[in-house]
Amino acid sequence: MYAYDELDRTLINERVSEFRDQVKRRLSGELTEDEFKILRLQNGVYLQLHAYMFRVAIPYGTLSSKQLRRLAHVARRYDRGYGHFTTRQNIQFNWIKLAELPDALAELADVGIHAMQTSGNNMRNVTSDQWAGVAPGEVEDPRIWSEILRQHTTLHPEFSFLPRKFKIAITASEHDRAAIKIHDIGLRLHKNADGETGFEVLVGGGLGRTPFIAKTIKPFVHGRDILSYVEAILRVYNQYGRRDNIYKARIKILVHELGIEKFAREVEEEWKLMGDVGLTLDHSAIEEVRSRFSYPAYEKLPHMPDELKQAAADPLFERWRKNSVAPHKVQGYSIVTLSLKPVGGPPGDATADQMDAVADLADKYSFGEIRVGHEQNLALPHVAKRDLPQLWRALDRLGLATPNVNLVTDIIACPGLDYCSLANARSIPIAQELTRRFANHDTADMIGRLHINISGCINACGHHHVGHIGILGVEKNGEEFYQITIGGRADENAQMGVLIGPAVPYAEVADVIEDIVEAYLALRDRPEELFVDTVKRLGVEPFKERVYATR
Amino acid sequence: MPLVKQGRITTDLFVHVADGAELPGDGAILISAARFLEDPEAILKRAGKAGVIWPNSRAVDDLVPYLDRLAAVALVFPTFRDGRAYSQARLLRERHGYEGELRAIGQILRDQFVFMSRAGFDAFEVKKDADADAFAETMKRYSVFYQPTGDGRVTALNRRMQLRHSESAGQ
Repeated sequence: MYAYDELDRTLINERVSEFRDQVKRRLSGELTEDEFKILRLQNGVYLQLHAYMFRVAIPYGTLSSKQLRRLAHVARRYDRGYGHFTTRQNIQFNWIKLAELPDALAELADVGIHAMQTSGNNMRNVTSDQWAGVAPGEVEDPRIWSEILRQHTTLHPEFSFLPRKFKIAITASEHDRAAIKIHDIGLRLHKNADGETGFEVLVGGGLGRTPFIAKTIKPFVHGRDILSYVEAILRVYNQYGRRDNIYKARIKILVHELGIEKFAREVEEEWKLMGDVGLTLDHSAIEEVRSRFSYPAYEKLPHMPDELKQAAADPLFERWRKNSVAPHKVQGYSIVTLSLKPVGGPPGDATADQMDAVADLADKYSFGEIRVGHEQNLALPHVAKRDLPQLWRALDRLGLATPNVNLVTDIIACPGLDYCSLANARSIPIAQELTRRFANHDTADMIGRLHINISGCINACGHHHVGHIGILGVEKNGEEFYQITIGGRADENAQMGVLIGPAVPYAEVADVIEDIVEAYLALRDRPEELFVDTVKRLGVEPFKERVYATR
Repeated sequence: MPLVKQGRITTDLFVHVADGAELPGDGAILISAARFLEDPEAILKRAGKAGVIWPNSRAVDDLVPYLDRLAAVALVFPTFRDGRAYSQARLLRERHGYEGELRAIGQILRDQFVFMSRAGFDAFEVKKDADADAFAETMKRYSVFYQPTGDGRVTALNRRMQLRHSESAGQ
């Protein structure tokens, strides 16, 4: 965990005071709604269909139990008793009253949580691998660098009014859990031949109506230079990114229009001209940030404790363990994913009571630490294996032990037309129906890893392009229709899914998905061949035939 | 529209001269980039200070040869969501060493003062009287800064390093 010092605390309190003044000026009419809009967006406040929505940052997905309890408190005191975890390590509250927002922010600031730059055309919450610091085989803990970037991007005096939003993600593992290739800047931490830490820098990824996979702009930027290199990218973008058309304003369009080589040359030139402007991170600067991270005092524990051997007799426990428990870098410990995808529930929602209970479990079993992943699930990152059976029973009582992590019912979905003023169609009820169709965990297990992503409009908040199965809501003559793509993925082999055919009406979506899954089961050459690999091997044709033959 | 300079509301000594309008014989003038570039030497030789309004869509490189003879450069914020002039300001101050007045014009609200000051602006044509009145107070909103810019404010990281240094020196 990163512990705020006095300076971090002062800054977020100063931001709360500033926002309080802005809200006061809006309520008194001194600010027009048009002026206020930009200011509130800089602080995570959207006006949605029914109310203001408030998005709070969970930088690189790390939360302390104290912080999670405070989020629960905000859900209860200022909202309707629940929150929604998003695909970018944020939490959203959907029913906030404007006049109460400054107080909610102040309560969050008390525990080192802020909502700075969770929306608006600025550098958004820096995200990372939710298993950072605990995943086996990681190059090093990417949260150190995430925190350096969090600080650098916060209230940046040059880049707070960019052409469009700007998202940075960092991974330090071979398997990319942070979806860096669909970010404006993706950073892959690795070591060069001399063993020095640096980054492969990717740029121009993003979804929305013009999706692009990020391209490598520089294979290795030394860690000490990462801030100046990112600054050079931002400076080129701030000056040359398009501002005439909101749909062409993301950096991906600039990179696409210039071509990656020319864009890279522009950045390189700016970077050289920049020279030494105080952005070089020497060893002691990096160590200063590193020293504010605390790590658990792990015990020396056996790989296979008796508690685990005994519990293995319970098939329900075993199913959950095999599905939701992942190896930890320290022997005797595990990383446990808490599914926020119960059958019939909206993906990514947690009630205030659940949040409080998870905070208690984190204190008891995970050194007081909780993680939030872009798949809209939570994780306890340091659970002793001997505690797994007890933890499972507790999670099961809370409805947080659905054994569907990475399976067909672990659906990523945006809020859709139920909440969002941009949406064309509903997302949540589609997800809910699909979880009911595949409610049998044995069936889901047999299907294997399969990511379904649902977006209620072309803005692609549900990342439908990179779902193994992607579902995109569109509007046709006032009715909700859905385009289906297959074969997308968001990991280190990221690619866009391919459309299988004409959009289908709301009522048919679940049937179509069932058809696609049945086709896969018939077509896969062995049970281990994942859905996405079968699509890669055979293309979309056989799936298309199956879906449209009878429609 | 009040002008805030060096932290307080002051009388604007520069006269905005529209393109095509006759230039006054003396006194400080603020003219468009296009007009300035037609004959920079004539403008710079004139009795009275010269200032240029530089558009945010044009690289500042073309202005660089004249910087040491210009009394003011005004950078434009057509709306406050258009942040190109922040980069121009930092380039003028930090890369090209411009030391004259750097003025922000356009849609200027109090909520940009700290950002602008950090980027190098020292004069502001403020849209609303209430915001101009609140300048000094608004500039005190923040005492912690994460990024180094050319404004001389000490960054959080530097303060931490200093603190560490003094702590270890005291042991």
